[in-house]
Amino acid sequence: MSQRITTADVVKVAKLARLDLDPEAIERTTAQLAGMLEHFADIDALDLDGVQPMNQPYPLTNVFREDIILVGLDREEVLAAAPEAEDGRFRVPPILGLDS
Amino acid sequence: MSESQGTTGSMVYKAGAVTGDEILVDGWELIVGLEVHVELATATKLFSASANRFGDEPNTNIDPVTLGLPGALPVLNRHAVELAMRIGLALNCTIQPSTFHRKNYFYPDQPKAYQISQYDQPINIDGFLALPGGKKIGIERAHLEEDTGKSTHIGGAGGRIHGSDYSLIDFNRAGVPLVEIVSRPDIRTSEEARQYVTELRSILVAIGASDAKMEEGSMRCDANVSVHKPGMPYGTRCEIKNVNSIRSLGRAIDYEMRRQIDMNEAGETVRQETRHWNENDGRTHTLRSKEDADDYRYFLEPDLVPLDPSPEWIQAVRDAMPMLPGARRARLSASTGQPADGEAVMVVVERGQDDYVLEVAAAGGDVGRALIHVKEGFADEGATPTVPAADLAGLTRLEVGGQLTATQAKTVLAEIVANGGGDAAAIAAAKGFEAMDTGALEAMVDQVIADNAAVWSKYCSGEEKAMGALVGAAMKASQGKADGKLVTALLQAKRTA
Repeated sequence: MSQRITTADVVKVAKLARLDLDPEAIERTTAQLAGMLEHFADIDALDLDGVQPMNQPYPLTNVFREDIILVGLDREEVLAAAPEAEDGRFRVPPILGLDS
Repeated sequence: MSESQGTTGSMVYKAGAVTGDEILVDGWELIVGLEVHVELATATKLFSASANRFGDEPNTNIDPVTLGLPGALPVLNRHAVELAMRIGLALNCTIQPSTFHRKNYFYPDQPKAYQISQYDQPINIDGFLALPGGKKIGIERAHLEEDTGKSTHIGGAGGRIHGSDYSLIDFNRAGVPLVEIVSRPDIRTSEEARQYVTELRSILVAIGASDAKMEEGSMRCDANVSVHKPGMPYGTRCEIKNVNSIRSLGRAIDYEMRRQIDMNEAGETVRQETRHWNENDGRTHTLRSKEDADDYRYFLEPDLVPLDPSPEWIQAVRDAMPMLPGARRARLSASTGQPADGEAVMVVVERGQDDYVLEVAAAGGDVGRALIHVKEGFADEGATPTVPAADLAGLTRLEVGGQLTATQAKTVLAEIVANGGGDAAAIAAAKGFEAMDTGALEAMVDQVIADNAAVWSKYCSGEEKAMGALVGAAMKASQGKADGKLVTALLQAKRTA
């Protein structure tokens, strides 16, 4: 299997996605992702010069809503569902150093 | 990791062209590019129907899309797109088909764990903004994205993010439509940076795209600053954030330029980093950034379809555009003969009183005098002064006819403004402002010469400064009624006679 993805790539992506993977999971995930990426080799084999990348599968553009205010969610109800709230706001842990 | 993160990676720095007119500081040239975020003046958010309103009670303008609740889907606000198109057209950009991407990061001001932004296909590209003096600053792109929530840091040193105990989040601002306007690194002085932001602000307000209030955060500015020696590649740049006024922008750029020059002169290396401006100590400070913080893993937003405004829609937006400040200054400059970037034209157009000045001219007034009167006397009036244009026209006609001196005209103007209008001739008569006829004026000047023989002979022997004393004596003798210009002309004529 070619080196389409390394364990170092998986460690980095896991960190960015806040996933805590043990060494065994990293090995397993690397192999699985490498297998998936092999499928893209099939696409690489095609001559795609001049083919526009497809942004999404639906033949749609310009889907809009009008700029009209609608009633949203009730603050007290929403905050009651939050782990912590204070002063009408969501309370969260210190922001810097979260993952250190 | 906040609202002001832009696609700075797309700003291409290349070797500066040697044009021969660089502005150098100790041999170094300053290179600045600006990223300006503006909140659009829509009723609702970019992708949901909650109100876009500043100053409401925290978390009262929230909905499932704003909070990133499972299953909630974004739908694009048509008016936000239209305002983005106005901005593009006002900045001479090309409007192109565009897409939305997810910019992924974990930060509590954005509960979805990504910000929807435009990445490699922004709606507006390749424009420029002309400074009042004529220099064009390139616009690389002006793209749509959503704003983030507002964090308040509690505990630690004075509400700063470092060392805080916890943070409180208000999501009213999350999802508010933004356009990020990225200039090319064409700015060479802090003064040009100030002019750019001032002019951009005037344009945004004129086209109704944003109220562009830096003090309320509806317009925010980050500066990419580097220095280099002419002919050499651009130096490493630092991004300056937390600049909350146009004045601070100039100070921050000047400080950062000096810091980088001093480092280079000392043989040290400038590191690429984000630095925060501190208004209190007047310095920029490095902000410890996490490893990989810039790895946003952009990918196409699967819940939104591409945006592709039709030529008809673009034309309709173009047709509805008001005259822009630059064009208004050019028009007023052409009418009055005053420079387009001169104080009088700049001030009057900024106040939106240029139409009024032109109305005064149309009503038979002298347009040059009208410009000065409006600039000097109408500071407290809005774009539509209460004084009828015909009344100001009447005043300027009396001046042109020599029936009022400049000093008298000022007095009459003050009276007209205070009363919201009035007949200049009647006010002048009531104040006893009778123009001196030429014969009386000449007699008076002769008397002044006789009374000040010593000064007169100095003047006659070529001492030009003596003129001032003679004119002063004439003004005194006439109790201010004499026209200073006429007195000067008479004295000059009598010397050469």
